[in-house]
Amino acid sequence: MPYNCIVLVKQVPDTAHITGQAMKEDGTVNRAALPAIFNPEDLNALEMALQVRERHGGRVTVLTMGPPRAAEILREALYRGADQVILLSDKRFAGSDTLATSYALKCAVEHVGDYDIVFCGRQAIDGDTAQVGPQVAEKLGIPQITYAESIEALEAQYIVAWRAFPRGREKVRCSLPCLLTVVGSANQPRPPSARRMMAYKLAATPLEYAALLEQYNEFESAAALDAYLAERGLQIPLWDADDVGADTTWLGLGGSPTKVLKVDFVVVERQESKELPATGEGTTILVRELIDEYIL
Amino acid sequence: MGKNILVWIEQFRGQPASPSWEGLGLARRLSETLGGQVYACLFGDGVQELAQEAIAYGADQVLLADDATLADFRLEPYAALLAHLAREHEAEVILIGATFRGRDLGPAVAVDLDTGCVADCTALELADGQLVATRPIYAGKLLSTCRVPERRPAVFTTRPRAFPKPEPDAARSGQVVAVAPLLGEDQVASRVTGFLETEGGVNLADAAIIVSGGRGVGGPEGFAPVRDLAQALNAALGASRAAVDAGWIPYEHQVGQTGKTVSPDLYVACGISGAIQHQAGMRTSKVIVAVNKDAEAPIFQLAHYGIVGDLFKVVPAVTAALKEKLG
Repeated sequence: MPYNCIVLVKQVPDTAHITGQAMKEDGTVNRAALPAIFNPEDLNALEMALQVRERHGGRVTVLTMGPPRAAEILREALYRGADQVILLSDKRFAGSDTLATSYALKCAVEHVGDYDIVFCGRQAIDGDTAQVGPQVAEKLGIPQITYAESIEALEAQYIVAWRAFPRGREKVRCSLPCLLTVVGSANQPRPPSARRMMAYKLAATPLEYAALLEQYNEFESAAALDAYLAERGLQIPLWDADDVGADTTWLGLGGSPTKVLKVDFVVVERQESKELPATGEGTTILVRELIDEYIL
Repeated sequence: MGKNILVWIEQFRGQPASPSWEGLGLARRLSETLGGQVYACLFGDGVQELAQEAIAYGADQVLLADDATLADFRLEPYAALLAHLAREHEAEVILIGATFRGRDLGPAVAVDLDTGCVADCTALELADGQLVATRPIYAGKLLSTCRVPERRPAVFTTRPRAFPKPEPDAARSGQVVAVAPLLGEDQVASRVTGFLETEGGVNLADAAIIVSGGRGVGGPEGFAPVRDLAQALNAALGASRAAVDAGWIPYEHQVGQTGKTVSPDLYVACGISGAIQHQAGMRTSKVIVAVNKDAEAPIFQLAHYGIVGDLFKVVPAVTAALKEKLG
């Protein structure tokens, strides 16, 4: 039987390339200055959802909450095989902590409706909280399987999945609908397909129409562009807080119980480092020092 | 009136998790200022023996829920009960070890209590009667300082080994109070139906010493000298993502942003260049030793002791020297 899957994804700064310039004067993170990528484990979540569709049928809907620019990863999701993508974007989401974020996502998931499995990456590489998945499930009131590595069985009423833990693997069975957070070792995400890239490269949210009009002068107006995209199924829906029926007191800074006081750039102080020769003498010194320093 | 602290005592098949004791130690220190009770919340099936241990580690009272529905860690019954106990005891703070299970429980309880949960704290201090937490973000490149100013209780998950484990005091006295589970089996939608223990029992988070191998080991066989050193040191075996992705060693061993975050007393990196993602997982180690052929490898920026050389020569030499010294 077919299953409808919703994949929650996030565009994140590529933390591998952070320098001091990533900070603004006021001590906040200057996200605009960082290259933005598809959060790695969200790609594993998308891949798991695509495999469910291939095996059982159904739809894969990819949803992201973020600034207008986050539409980039929605196009990437289309290139990789998603059936439908949605951008959840609203200035009133700004400053949301994990609780407010999961509330907004919960509202959006319910607005999509008729879902069997919600997939998330285990953790985003910017905030590193790993909290949004568990909190969305808790807010939706559905069971969850975190650290999911593989699906063993999927039936009308339930799912059986394996979770990856430090000491082993745990097999869990739970009823549907449910939420899975997926770890990086789950699979090898498929690359974007060249054919789909051709098909979906113009897919856009209304927020991107101005840029498209500038780039492609054959469209006389936003309305003409909109009609063109609609005809080809290239409109990316843009939802705001009102569209998904979110109570705005639960959103943004006001709806966030956690407050960030400051963010500091960690200066990697060069350790007082001893370079030892790669000789018998060097290893002897190392072992002696480790013992003398009570480390061993 | 004092402000109460709840500490979740994690156990797996009756074995307590060290971060719970670290949490009790932290709770004791905080309670000196906050002035309330430290409650240890111990859930499981046949785990009453751990109650005395929790008292020895600093609990004033152990809230013991011993029931078959709590035998396996399952989020639904655990979160419901912990949230219930937090309300009942008007908790100011809930401390949960930021282990795999703790990082599920903290945020779920926070949803149930409609409050904030600060994940994976590496420091927690009182300032003007408020807890201020520090946590690494952006692969450990940035440090975020945050707090939960208004809503109560505030939930914090604390990174394993970031806080000292107290000395247990068998002479401490405390009360053990039996509490009933909140959900019946028919109200829980999930079942744990199997567990496959990983060979060699990797538990990187608790390890005092970790010896890791990376791309430089060259293949699955290349881990042999790394494994020998780990054995000689009674250490856990770690790996970089490169080695895991190449299929040389299972994911359970992976240290780094997409693997495990560790802070052992000693971290020995063999043939690991030290990409930022790897650093994110191990930079808080107390002493770092690096062995790498490439003198320019970023790992040497972090290392307290660096040896530029062939790991296949250096690592066995270290193992031999160790065996000689330690007998």
